[in-house]
Amino acid sequence: MNPLDVLRFGWGALSGHRLRTGLSVGGVAVGIAAVVALTALGEGARRYVVQEFTSLGSNLLIVIPGKVETTGTLPFGGVVHDLTVADARAIAQRLPEIVRTAPVAVATDLVQYRDRGRSVPILGTTGAYQFVRQVRVAAGRFLPPGSAQHGGSGIVLGPKVAAELFRGDNPLGKIVRVGPYRFRVIGVMAPKGRSLGFDFDDLVFIPVGTAMRIFNRSSLFRILCEVRTASDLGRAKRRVLSLLRERHRVDDVTVITQDAVLSAFSSILSALTLALVAIASVSLTVAGVGIMNVMLVSVTERRREIGLLKAVGATNGQVLVAFLTEATILSTAGGLAGLGLGLAAVRIFVHLYPGFPASPPAWSLAAALGTAVLVGTVFGVVPARRATRLDPVSALTGR
Amino acid sequence: MIQLERISRVYHVGDSEVHALRDVSLEIAGGEHLAIIGPSGSGKSTLMHILGCLDRPSSGSYRFGGREVGALSEEERSHLRQQEIGFVFQFFHLLPRLTAVGNVELPMLFAGVGRRERRRRATEALRAVGLEDRMEHRPDQLSGGQRQRVAIARAVVMEPSLLLADEPTGNLDRASAEEVMELLESMNREGRTLVVVTHDPEVAARARRIVRMSDGELQAEAAGDGT
Ligand SMILES: Nc1ncnc2c1ncn2[C@@H]1O[C@H](COP(=O)(O)OP(=O)(O)OP(=O)(O)O)[C@@H](O)[C@H]1O
Ligand SMILES: [Mg+2]
Repeated sequence: MNPLDVLRFGWGALSGHRLRTGLSVGGVAVGIAAVVALTALGEGARRYVVQEFTSLGSNLLIVIPGKVETTGTLPFGGVVHDLTVADARAIAQRLPEIVRTAPVAVATDLVQYRDRGRSVPILGTTGAYQFVRQVRVAAGRFLPPGSAQHGGSGIVLGPKVAAELFRGDNPLGKIVRVGPYRFRVIGVMAPKGRSLGFDFDDLVFIPVGTAMRIFNRSSLFRILCEVRTASDLGRAKRRVLSLLRERHRVDDVTVITQDAVLSAFSSILSALTLALVAIASVSLTVAGVGIMNVMLVSVTERRREIGLLKAVGATNGQVLVAFLTEATILSTAGGLAGLGLGLAAVRIFVHLYPGFPASPPAWSLAAALGTAVLVGTVFGVVPARRATRLDPVSALTGR
Repeated sequence: MIQLERISRVYHVGDSEVHALRDVSLEIAGGEHLAIIGPSGSGKSTLMHILGCLDRPSSGSYRFGGREVGALSEEERSHLRQQEIGFVFQFFHLLPRLTAVGNVELPMLFAGVGRRERRRRATEALRAVGLEDRMEHRPDQLSGGQRQRVAIARAVVMEPSLLLADEPTGNLDRASAEEVMELLESMNREGRTLVVVTHDPEVAARARRIVRMSDGELQAEAAGDGT
């Protein structure tokens, strides 16, 4: 029997029941559309994170105080030494792989100008930060390269803070207060937008020494190290660790690379995508049961037809193939419709949220269609076998 | 061509047994025209189904063209039905979604005949039953007599050697019945063996040979008019 003939025969049988056929096709379509849309979202989330991380600069080492063991706890009885500005300077001066370092201290406090105030993150750092994180100033200048202690009372405002506090006035040279301390505005940042949920436009920068003094900190939040080239990353990490071990006489810091964070995030999000697909697959199973149900009804209704097919010489194998084909046509049509539906949904989503790079990966499209075809075939087996087993005489006579 | 030896067919209904056929022995020569008559429930259809390899006897031997049918596999029996046997039923059994020509093509579909060839042979078969102008009609657009003629075209399109008609005129008026019997007999004259089950003595009388069944047994044989 020619495969095309089988298809045509099955199609003929299905088109006789438009509503029923449409409904079971729709069931599969919804399942497949869900798979496509959810993988697109999952993949979009992954890409988003990757994008964000890469935009931070890939040859970056981040030194964090405290030893993060694989178990996530500090060594028992271990002492955590402060991470200091002197450490940051030592790394920059003694390691040739490191171009520069930016010490970072963080606090949140109210920044006030006259009667207006805004509670924002306050980053204490040095001029090096500008290069390490590739941020730009829109007006004025960034923090100065820094003296020995990185003191001073200059402040650089994020564009949102500037807009909020000054409402269009020129902030440069004006005096703002952070708590009881007075700072002179020396620069305003160019907008950078949100990155990893952190709003780079809604913060202020002050010299790190000043920050540690007024917030009474003894340890830095972290040290950002810019590595000369990305290929030096591994060696630079080891040398930073050994340098700090030497200085602290104990292994008490953690050095993370952008890569490590990135791949961790990436694999978490891939797992998330798979979980979404698994959830969507449940609806595919439901659709498969729907196909099985429709085909069972069809077999029951078409007993006479099946009897006749056998009487005119169709073998059991041919009857099986014919009914399996019908089920597969249903699910394949559903799969195709679902792909269209899913892609359309993704388009609409991207239209609504242009910043989110939602797009289903090619493998998911192929897998979705493949699954659809498979669902029909698998769930078509029981009805098709039932058709095959029908006794031709009782089928024909309707007994 | 056909030898039945002591064929029995027993149905088990609950605890009781229904003997649809009891020790039926019958020989049918190639090219014969045989009528089977008998009261309702006497086993005529059961016999036809066994002749047509749709059903298997509970005991006894059935030889078709020298081959023991009981020894054939399911697949081989399908092949036999496809190539050697044509059925005509009382209720036509046309597929309502297919046109006349589509219905006639059906046996060739499963025989793997190509599309063009199928169309050609189906057209020819429909012309032979006088329905060349009804080819694209669906069964619900045809009269009973026309439907049965489509069914006859379908039965002969594979050029079978045996034509089995179970009450082919049972649902037709006199005129249509006459036409249908004419057609079947013309197929018989072309050399096909024809077996007709009927309640109608007039239809039966047209056969050269008549067998009567009663309560699953073959009763008596008579010679018909053979017209
Ligand atoms: N599937 C079955 N199960 C049980 N009994 C059956 C079955 N098929 C047929 N019979 C019985 O076998 C006997 C013969 O049936 P069959 O259909 O061959 O009769 P028939 O001569 O064709 O009758 P009619 O002229 O009414 O068509 C009947 O008594 C019938 O009830
Ligand atoms: Mg009968």
